[in-house]
Amino acid sequence: MNYINAILPSLLQGAQMTLSLFCWTLIISIPLGIIISLGLISHIKPLQLFLKFYVWIMRGTPLLLQLIFVFYGLPIIGVIFQRYDAALFAFILNYAAYFAEIFRGGFQAIPEGQYESARVLRLTKMQTLKHIVIPQVVKIVIPSIGNEVINLVKDTSLVYVIGLGDLLRAGNVATARDVTLVPLVLVGIIYLAMTGIASYLLKKIENSYSKWK
Amino acid sequence: MLELKNITKKFGQRTILDKVNLTIPSGQILAIVGPSGAGKTTLLRCLSGLETIDSGSFLWDGQEFDPANPTDSSQIIGVVFQDYQLFPNLTVLENITLAPTLALKKDKAAAEKQAKELLERLNLTGKEQLYPAQLSGGQQQRVAIARALAMKPQILCYDEPTSALDPALRGTVAEIILKLKREENMTQIIVTHDMDFAKEVADKTFTVTDFSQRR
Repeated sequence: MNYINAILPSLLQGAQMTLSLFCWTLIISIPLGIIISLGLISHIKPLQLFLKFYVWIMRGTPLLLQLIFVFYGLPIIGVIFQRYDAALFAFILNYAAYFAEIFRGGFQAIPEGQYESARVLRLTKMQTLKHIVIPQVVKIVIPSIGNEVINLVKDTSLVYVIGLGDLLRAGNVATARDVTLVPLVLVGIIYLAMTGIASYLLKKIENSYSKWK
Repeated sequence: MLELKNITKKFGQRTILDKVNLTIPSGQILAIVGPSGAGKTTLLRCLSGLETIDSGSFLWDGQEFDPANPTDSSQIIGVVFQDYQLFPNLTVLENITLAPTLALKKDKAAAEKQAKELLERLNLTGKEQLYPAQLSGGQQQRVAIARALAMKPQILCYDEPTSALDPALRGTVAEIILKLKREENMTQIIVTHDMDFAKEVADKTFTVTDFSQRR
Protein backbone atom coordinates (compact mmCIF):
# COMPACT_ATOMS: atom_id res chain seq x y z
CA MET A 1 0.00 0.00 0.00
CA ASN A 2 2.83 2.33 0.90
CA TYR A 3 4.45 1.44 -2.38
CA ILE A 4 1.28 2.30 -4.29
CA ASN A 5 1.10 5.64 -2.50
CA ALA A 6 4.71 6.27 -3.38
CA ILE A 7 4.37 5.69 -7.12
CA LEU A 8 0.84 7.01 -7.60
CA PRO A 9 1.85 10.67 -7.97
CA SER A 10 4.17 9.90 -10.88
CA LEU A 11 1.52 7.70 -12.52
CA LEU A 12 -1.10 10.39 -12.13
CA GLN A 13 1.26 12.91 -13.62
CA GLY A 14 1.63 10.60 -16.59
CA ALA A 15 -2.15 10.22 -16.74
CA GLN A 16 -2.41 13.99 -16.90
CA MET A 17 -0.27 14.00 -20.04
CA THR A 18 -2.41 11.21 -21.51
CA LEU A 19 -5.60 13.13 -20.73
CA SER A 20 -4.28 16.38 -22.13
CA LEU A 21 -3.37 14.70 -25.42
CA PHE A 22 -6.71 12.92 -25.47
CA CYS A 23 -8.77 16.07 -24.88
CA TRP A 24 -6.93 18.33 -27.30
CA THR A 25 -7.00 15.70 -30.03
CA LEU A 26 -10.77 15.32 -29.67
CA ILE A 27 -11.50 19.03 -29.40
CA ILE A 28 -9.63 19.76 -32.62
CA SER A 29 -10.08 16.62 -34.70
CA ILE A 30 -13.87 16.29 -34.43
CA PRO A 31 -14.69 19.72 -35.91
CA LEU A 32 -11.84 19.26 -38.39
CA GLY A 33 -13.28 15.87 -39.34
CA ILE A 34 -16.71 17.42 -39.96
CA ILE A 35 -15.18 20.07 -42.23
CA ILE A 36 -13.16 17.43 -44.12
CA SER A 37 -16.26 15.25 -44.50
CA LEU A 38 -18.09 18.16 -46.12
CA GLY A 39 -15.16 18.46 -48.53
CA LEU A 40 -15.33 14.73 -49.24
CA ILE A 41 -19.00 14.95 -50.26
CA SER A 42 -18.60 18.26 -52.10
CA HIS A 43 -18.67 18.39 -55.86
CA ILE A 44 -15.34 20.20 -56.10
CA LYS A 45 -13.33 17.41 -57.71
CA PRO A 46 -9.72 18.52 -56.93
CA LEU A 47 -10.61 19.14 -53.29
CA GLN A 48 -12.37 15.81 -53.06
CA LEU A 49 -9.41 13.96 -54.60
CA PHE A 50 -6.93 15.68 -52.32
CA LEU A 51 -8.97 14.83 -49.22
CA LYS A 52 -9.44 11.24 -50.33
CA PHE A 53 -5.68 10.96 -50.71
CA TYR A 54 -5.15 12.42 -47.24
CA VAL A 55 -7.66 10.01 -45.69
CA TRP A 56 -6.08 7.10 -47.54
CA ILE A 57 -2.59 7.94 -46.21
CA MET A 58 -3.77 8.53 -42.66
CA ARG A 59 -5.88 5.40 -42.44
CA GLY A 60 -3.56 3.25 -44.49
CA THR A 61 -0.35 3.71 -42.51
CA PRO A 62 0.31 2.95 -38.85
CA LEU A 63 -0.21 5.78 -36.39
CA LEU A 64 3.12 4.75 -34.87
CA LEU A 65 4.85 5.41 -38.19
CA GLN A 66 3.13 8.80 -38.44
CA LEU A 67 4.34 9.74 -34.95
CA ILE A 68 7.91 8.72 -35.72
CA PHE A 69 7.71 10.46 -39.07
CA VAL A 70 6.60 13.76 -37.54
CA PHE A 71 9.03 13.77 -34.63
CA TYR A 72 12.15 12.03 -36.00
CA GLY A 73 11.57 12.32 -39.73
CA LEU A 74 10.47 15.90 -40.39
CA PRO A 75 13.48 17.52 -38.62
CA ILE A 76 15.63 16.07 -41.41
CA ILE A 77 13.88 18.42 -43.82
CA GLY A 78 13.96 21.24 -41.32
CA VAL A 79 10.50 20.95 -39.74
CA ILE A 80 11.04 20.68 -36.03
CA PHE A 81 8.31 20.02 -33.49
CA GLN A 82 8.51 19.83 -29.74
CA ARG A 83 7.67 16.34 -28.47
CA TYR A 84 4.21 17.26 -27.27
CA ASP A 85 3.37 19.28 -30.38
CA ALA A 86 4.58 16.49 -32.63
CA ALA A 87 2.35 14.00 -30.83
CA LEU A 88 -0.66 16.30 -30.94
CA PHE A 89 -0.07 17.10 -34.62
CA ALA A 90 0.11 13.44 -35.61
CA PHE A 91 -2.91 12.46 -33.51
CA ILE A 92 -5.07 15.28 -34.87
CA LEU A 93 -4.22 14.51 -38.49
CA ASN A 94 -4.80 10.82 -37.97
CA TYR A 95 -8.05 11.06 -36.00
CA ALA A 96 -9.51 13.81 -38.19
CA ALA A 97 -9.23 11.37 -41.13
CA TYR A 98 -11.18 8.69 -39.24
CA PHE A 99 -13.79 11.19 -38.06
CA ALA A 100 -14.12 12.58 -41.59
CA GLU A 101 -14.96 9.13 -42.94
CA ILE A 102 -17.48 8.55 -40.16
CA PHE A 103 -19.20 11.89 -40.76
CA ARG A 104 -19.14 11.37 -44.53
CA GLY A 105 -21.08 8.16 -44.02
CA GLY A 106 -23.46 9.98 -41.69
CA PHE A 107 -24.19 12.78 -44.14
CA GLN A 108 -24.70 10.32 -46.99
CA ALA A 109 -27.15 8.31 -44.91
CA ILE A 110 -29.62 11.22 -44.84
CA PRO A 111 -32.16 10.60 -47.62
CA GLU A 112 -32.35 13.16 -50.42
CA GLY A 113 -36.06 13.48 -49.59
CA GLN A 114 -35.25 15.17 -46.30
CA TYR A 115 -33.48 17.99 -48.16
CA GLU A 116 -36.30 18.16 -50.69
CA SER A 117 -39.07 18.34 -48.15
CA ALA A 118 -37.13 21.07 -46.32
CA ARG A 119 -36.79 22.88 -49.63
CA VAL A 120 -40.49 22.87 -50.50
CA LEU A 121 -41.09 24.12 -46.95
CA ARG A 122 -38.78 26.97 -47.92
CA LEU A 123 -36.09 26.39 -45.33
CA THR A 124 -32.69 27.76 -46.25
CA LYS A 125 -29.69 25.43 -46.64
CA MET A 126 -28.30 26.51 -43.28
CA GLN A 127 -31.65 26.01 -41.53
CA THR A 128 -31.95 22.57 -43.10
CA LEU A 129 -28.47 21.60 -41.91
CA LYS A 130 -28.98 22.96 -38.41
CA HIS A 131 -32.47 21.73 -37.60
CA ILE A 132 -32.80 18.60 -39.71
CA VAL A 133 -29.57 17.16 -41.09
CA ILE A 134 -27.02 17.61 -38.31
CA PRO A 135 -29.19 16.18 -35.49
CA GLN A 136 -29.79 13.09 -37.63
CA VAL A 137 -26.13 12.77 -38.59
CA VAL A 138 -25.05 13.05 -34.96
CA LYS A 139 -27.40 10.25 -33.97
CA ILE A 140 -26.03 8.04 -36.74
CA VAL A 141 -22.34 8.64 -35.99
CA ILE A 142 -22.34 8.50 -32.18
CA PRO A 143 -21.62 4.75 -31.89
CA SER A 144 -18.72 4.94 -34.36
CA ILE A 145 -17.35 8.12 -32.79
CA GLY A 146 -17.55 6.30 -29.46
CA ASN A 147 -15.33 3.52 -30.75
CA GLU A 148 -12.74 6.00 -31.92
CA VAL A 149 -12.84 7.87 -28.62
CA ILE A 150 -12.11 4.68 -26.70
CA ASN A 151 -9.34 3.84 -29.16
CA LEU A 152 -7.85 7.27 -28.72
CA VAL A 153 -7.54 6.82 -24.95
CA LYS A 154 -5.38 3.77 -25.60
CA ASP A 155 -3.58 5.10 -28.68
CA THR A 156 -2.17 7.97 -26.64
CA SER A 157 0.21 5.37 -25.15
CA LEU A 158 2.03 5.34 -28.52
CA VAL A 159 3.67 8.66 -27.60
CA TYR A 160 5.99 6.47 -25.52
CA VAL A 161 8.04 6.02 -28.68
CA ILE A 162 8.91 9.71 -28.97
CA GLY A 163 9.81 9.94 -25.30
CA LEU A 164 6.83 11.78 -23.90
CA GLY A 165 6.13 11.14 -20.23
CA ASP A 166 2.66 9.68 -20.41
CA LEU A 167 0.92 7.17 -18.17
CA LEU A 168 2.45 4.10 -19.80
CA ARG A 169 5.96 5.49 -19.57
CA ALA A 170 5.50 6.36 -15.89
CA GLY A 171 4.40 2.80 -15.19
CA ASN A 172 7.18 1.24 -17.20
CA VAL A 173 9.84 3.38 -15.49
CA ALA A 174 8.58 2.33 -12.07
CA THR A 175 8.47 -1.35 -13.02
CA ALA A 176 11.98 -1.31 -14.40
CA ARG A 177 13.33 0.49 -11.33
CA ASP A 178 11.57 -1.48 -8.60
CA VAL A 179 11.22 -4.87 -10.35
CA THR A 180 7.55 -5.28 -9.49
CA LEU A 181 4.34 -5.80 -11.47
CA VAL A 182 2.35 -3.37 -9.37
CA PRO A 183 2.94 -0.21 -11.46
CA LEU A 184 1.88 -1.95 -14.69
CA VAL A 185 -1.27 -3.30 -13.05
CA LEU A 186 -2.02 0.20 -11.78
CA VAL A 187 -1.47 1.60 -15.27
CA GLY A 188 -3.98 -0.91 -16.58
CA ILE A 189 -6.49 0.09 -13.91
CA ILE A 190 -6.09 3.77 -14.71
CA TYR A 191 -6.64 3.12 -18.43
CA LEU A 192 -9.71 1.06 -17.57
CA ALA A 193 -11.04 3.89 -15.44
CA MET A 194 -10.53 6.40 -18.24
CA THR A 195 -12.13 4.23 -20.93
CA GLY A 196 -14.89 3.33 -18.45
CA ILE A 197 -15.74 6.98 -17.86
CA ALA A 198 -15.61 7.71 -21.60
CA SER A 199 -17.94 4.76 -22.35
CA TYR A 200 -20.34 5.90 -19.66
CA LEU A 201 -20.53 9.44 -21.02
CA LEU A 202 -20.96 8.18 -24.57
CA LYS A 203 -23.79 5.90 -23.46
CA LYS A 204 -25.47 8.91 -21.85
CA ILE A 205 -25.22 10.90 -25.07
CA GLU A 206 -26.48 7.95 -27.10
CA ASN A 207 -29.47 7.56 -24.78
CA SER A 208 -30.38 11.21 -25.11
CA TYR A 209 -30.81 10.58 -28.84
CA SER A 210 -32.78 7.36 -28.45
CA LYS A 211 -36.21 8.95 -28.01
CA TRP A 212 -36.58 9.23 -31.81
CA LYS A 213 -35.67 6.94 -34.67
CA MET B 1 -56.74 29.09 -61.25
CA LEU B 2 -53.49 27.32 -62.00
CA GLU B 3 -52.25 27.25 -65.57
CA LEU B 4 -49.34 25.30 -66.99
CA LYS B 5 -48.23 26.57 -70.37
CA ASN B 6 -45.97 24.59 -72.69
CA ILE B 7 -44.04 22.98 -69.85
CA THR B 8 -41.03 21.11 -71.25
CA LYS B 9 -38.56 19.12 -69.21
CA LYS B 10 -35.61 17.16 -70.54
CA PHE B 11 -33.08 14.99 -68.80
CA GLY B 12 -30.13 15.10 -71.18
CA GLN B 13 -31.44 13.95 -74.54
CA ARG B 14 -34.62 12.46 -73.13
CA THR B 15 -37.71 14.62 -73.22
CA ILE B 16 -39.81 13.72 -70.21
CA LEU B 17 -42.44 16.42 -70.49
CA ASP B 18 -43.19 17.86 -73.91
CA LYS B 19 -45.19 21.08 -74.02
CA VAL B 20 -47.64 20.21 -71.29
CA ASN B 21 -50.66 22.50 -71.13
CA LEU B 22 -52.99 22.19 -68.22
CA THR B 23 -55.55 24.30 -66.37
CA ILE B 24 -56.96 23.68 -62.92
CA PRO B 25 -59.73 25.95 -61.66
CA SER B 26 -59.43 27.02 -58.03
CA GLY B 27 -60.97 24.65 -55.55
CA GLN B 28 -60.90 21.70 -57.90
CA ILE B 29 -59.08 18.40 -57.66
CA LEU B 30 -56.92 17.22 -60.54
CA ALA B 31 -55.57 13.69 -60.74
CA ILE B 32 -52.46 13.13 -62.82
CA VAL B 33 -52.45 9.50 -63.90
CA GLY B 34 -50.40 7.29 -66.17
CA PRO B 35 -48.00 4.35 -66.03
CA SER B 36 -44.79 4.31 -63.98
CA GLY B 37 -41.98 6.27 -65.58
CA ALA B 38 -44.26 8.35 -67.77
CA GLY B 39 -43.35 11.59 -66.04
CA LYS B 40 -46.15 12.08 -63.51
CA THR B 41 -43.79 12.65 -60.65
CA THR B 42 -41.49 14.77 -62.81
CA LEU B 43 -44.41 17.07 -63.55
CA LEU B 44 -45.12 17.35 -59.83
CA ARG B 45 -41.44 17.97 -59.08
CA CYS B 46 -41.34 20.77 -61.67
CA LEU B 47 -44.46 22.30 -60.21
CA SER B 48 -43.01 22.19 -56.69
CA GLY B 49 -39.68 23.64 -57.80
CA LEU B 50 -37.55 20.55 -57.17
CA GLU B 51 -36.71 20.36 -60.87
CA THR B 52 -36.20 23.36 -63.11
CA ILE B 53 -38.14 23.33 -66.36
CA ASP B 54 -36.45 23.83 -69.73
CA SER B 55 -39.24 26.00 -71.11
CA GLY B 56 -42.81 27.01 -70.40
CA SER B 57 -44.46 28.91 -67.59
CA PHE B 58 -46.61 28.49 -64.52
CA LEU B 59 -49.40 30.98 -63.80
CA TRP B 60 -51.47 31.36 -60.67
CA ASP B 61 -54.53 33.58 -61.19
CA GLY B 62 -52.88 34.99 -64.29
CA GLN B 63 -49.61 35.85 -62.50
CA GLU B 64 -46.52 34.00 -63.60
CA PHE B 65 -44.52 32.39 -60.80
CA ASP B 66 -41.29 30.42 -60.53
CA PRO B 67 -41.76 27.43 -58.22
CA ALA B 68 -37.98 27.01 -57.86
CA ASN B 69 -37.61 30.53 -56.44
CA PRO B 70 -40.61 31.42 -54.30
CA THR B 71 -40.25 35.07 -53.46
CA ASP B 72 -43.37 36.52 -51.90
CA SER B 73 -44.52 35.47 -48.45
CA SER B 74 -47.54 33.53 -49.61
CA GLN B 75 -46.73 30.06 -50.78
CA ILE B 76 -48.36 28.67 -53.91
CA ILE B 77 -47.46 25.00 -53.82
CA GLY B 78 -47.45 22.59 -50.88
CA VAL B 79 -46.32 18.99 -51.27
CA VAL B 80 -47.14 15.74 -49.50
CA PHE B 81 -44.40 13.31 -50.53
CA GLN B 82 -44.97 9.66 -51.30
CA ASP B 83 -42.94 8.59 -48.28
CA TYR B 84 -43.99 11.74 -46.35
CA GLN B 85 -40.41 12.70 -45.42
CA LEU B 86 -41.36 13.87 -41.97
CA PHE B 87 -38.37 15.02 -39.93
CA PRO B 88 -37.66 12.06 -37.61
CA ASN B 89 -35.75 14.13 -35.07
CA LEU B 90 -38.65 16.50 -34.46
CA THR B 91 -41.96 15.91 -32.70
CA VAL B 92 -45.22 16.08 -34.63
CA LEU B 93 -45.78 19.62 -33.36
CA GLU B 94 -42.22 20.70 -34.25
CA ASN B 95 -42.55 19.15 -37.71
CA ILE B 96 -45.52 21.42 -38.35
CA THR B 97 -44.25 24.61 -36.71
CA LEU B 98 -40.63 24.52 -37.99
CA ALA B 99 -41.21 25.99 -41.43
CA PRO B 100 -43.80 28.63 -40.43
CA THR B 101 -41.48 29.94 -37.70
CA LEU B 102 -38.27 29.82 -39.77
CA ALA B 103 -39.48 30.62 -43.29
CA LEU B 104 -42.56 32.75 -42.60
CA LYS B 105 -41.15 34.28 -39.37
CA LYS B 106 -44.32 33.49 -37.49
CA ASP B 107 -44.01 33.75 -33.74
CA LYS B 108 -43.85 30.45 -31.92
CA ALA B 109 -47.15 30.76 -30.06
CA ALA B 110 -49.10 31.58 -33.21
CA ALA B 111 -47.45 28.73 -35.12
CA GLU B 112 -48.28 26.28 -32.34
CA LYS B 113 -51.86 27.47 -32.16
CA GLN B 114 -52.24 27.00 -35.90
CA ALA B 115 -50.54 23.56 -35.74
CA LYS B 116 -52.92 22.41 -33.01
CA GLU B 117 -55.92 23.49 -35.05
CA LEU B 118 -54.59 21.58 -38.05
CA LEU B 119 -53.96 18.49 -35.93
CA GLU B 120 -57.48 18.67 -34.57
CA ARG B 121 -58.95 18.91 -38.05
CA LEU B 122 -56.91 15.91 -39.16
CA ASN B 123 -57.87 13.82 -36.14
CA LEU B 124 -54.41 13.88 -34.61
CA THR B 125 -55.19 15.56 -31.30
CA GLY B 126 -52.97 14.20 -28.55
CA LYS B 127 -50.14 13.24 -30.89
CA GLU B 128 -48.34 16.60 -30.63
CA GLN B 129 -45.40 15.37 -28.57
CA LEU B 130 -44.88 12.05 -30.35
CA TYR B 131 -42.11 11.47 -32.87
CA PRO B 132 -42.95 10.36 -36.44
CA ALA B 133 -41.65 6.82 -35.83
CA GLN B 134 -44.25 6.40 -33.09
CA LEU B 135 -47.13 6.97 -35.53
CA SER B 136 -48.82 4.63 -37.99
CA GLY B 137 -48.40 5.20 -41.72
CA GLY B 138 -51.80 6.85 -42.03
CA GLN B 139 -51.08 9.17 -39.11
CA GLN B 140 -47.70 10.09 -40.59
CA GLN B 141 -49.41 11.00 -43.83
CA ARG B 142 -51.85 13.25 -42.02
CA VAL B 143 -48.96 14.95 -40.22
CA ALA B 144 -47.35 15.52 -43.62
CA ILE B 145 -50.60 17.09 -44.84
CA ALA B 146 -50.77 19.30 -41.73
CA ARG B 147 -47.12 20.30 -42.22
CA ALA B 148 -47.80 21.31 -45.82
CA LEU B 149 -51.00 23.18 -44.91
CA ALA B 150 -49.23 25.14 -42.17
CA MET B 151 -47.38 27.01 -44.92
CA LYS B 152 -50.76 28.21 -46.25
CA PRO B 153 -50.27 27.03 -49.83
CA GLN B 154 -52.75 27.85 -52.57
CA ILE B 155 -52.41 24.36 -54.01
CA LEU B 156 -51.69 21.10 -52.25
CA CYS B 157 -49.97 18.34 -54.23
CA TYR B 158 -49.82 14.67 -53.29
CA ASP B 159 -47.35 12.21 -54.77
CA GLU B 160 -48.89 8.71 -54.81
CA PRO B 161 -50.92 9.23 -51.64
CA THR B 162 -52.32 5.70 -51.57
CA SER B 163 -49.20 3.71 -52.48
CA ALA B 164 -47.89 3.24 -48.95
CA LEU B 165 -51.25 2.69 -47.28
CA ASP B 166 -53.22 -0.47 -46.78
CA PRO B 167 -56.50 -0.56 -48.72
CA ALA B 168 -58.63 0.21 -45.68
CA LEU B 169 -56.88 3.56 -45.26
CA ARG B 170 -57.43 4.66 -48.86
CA GLY B 171 -60.93 5.75 -47.94
CA THR B 172 -59.60 7.92 -45.14
CA VAL B 173 -57.21 9.79 -47.46
CA ALA B 174 -60.01 10.29 -49.97
CA GLU B 175 -62.16 11.73 -47.18
CA ILE B 176 -59.45 14.14 -46.10
CA ILE B 177 -58.87 15.32 -49.66
CA LEU B 178 -62.60 15.86 -50.23
CA LYS B 179 -62.98 17.56 -46.86
CA LEU B 180 -60.20 20.02 -47.72
CA LYS B 181 -61.99 20.78 -50.95
CA ARG B 182 -65.35 21.22 -49.24
CA GLU B 183 -64.24 23.20 -46.21
CA GLU B 184 -61.22 25.12 -47.43
CA ASN B 185 -61.88 25.26 -51.15
CA MET B 186 -58.32 23.92 -51.50
CA THR B 187 -57.03 23.32 -55.02
CA GLN B 188 -55.41 19.90 -55.03
CA ILE B 189 -53.29 17.89 -57.44
CA ILE B 190 -52.93 14.15 -56.96
CA VAL B 191 -50.30 12.12 -58.78
CA THR B 192 -51.39 8.49 -58.72
CA HIS B 193 -51.41 5.28 -60.71
CA ASP B 194 -54.49 4.18 -58.80
CA MET B 195 -57.29 4.84 -61.29
CA ASP B 196 -60.10 3.95 -58.92
CA PHE B 197 -58.81 6.40 -56.38
CA ALA B 198 -58.45 9.08 -59.06
CA LYS B 199 -62.05 8.57 -60.16
CA GLU B 200 -63.26 8.67 -56.60
CA VAL B 201 -61.77 12.05 -55.67
CA ALA B 202 -60.85 13.98 -58.80
CA ASP B 203 -62.91 16.51 -60.72
CA LYS B 204 -60.64 16.06 -63.67
CA THR B 205 -57.95 13.60 -64.74
CA PHE B 206 -54.88 14.26 -66.80
CA THR B 207 -53.08 11.33 -68.41
CA VAL B 208 -49.39 11.48 -69.16
CA THR B 209 -48.95 8.34 -71.27
CA ASP B 210 -48.08 10.41 -74.35
CA PHE B 211 -44.60 11.34 -73.19
CA SER B 212 -43.34 7.82 -72.76
CA GLN B 213 -43.86 7.12 -76.44
CA ARG B 214 -41.56 9.94 -77.46
CA ARG B 215 -38.50 8.64 -75.72
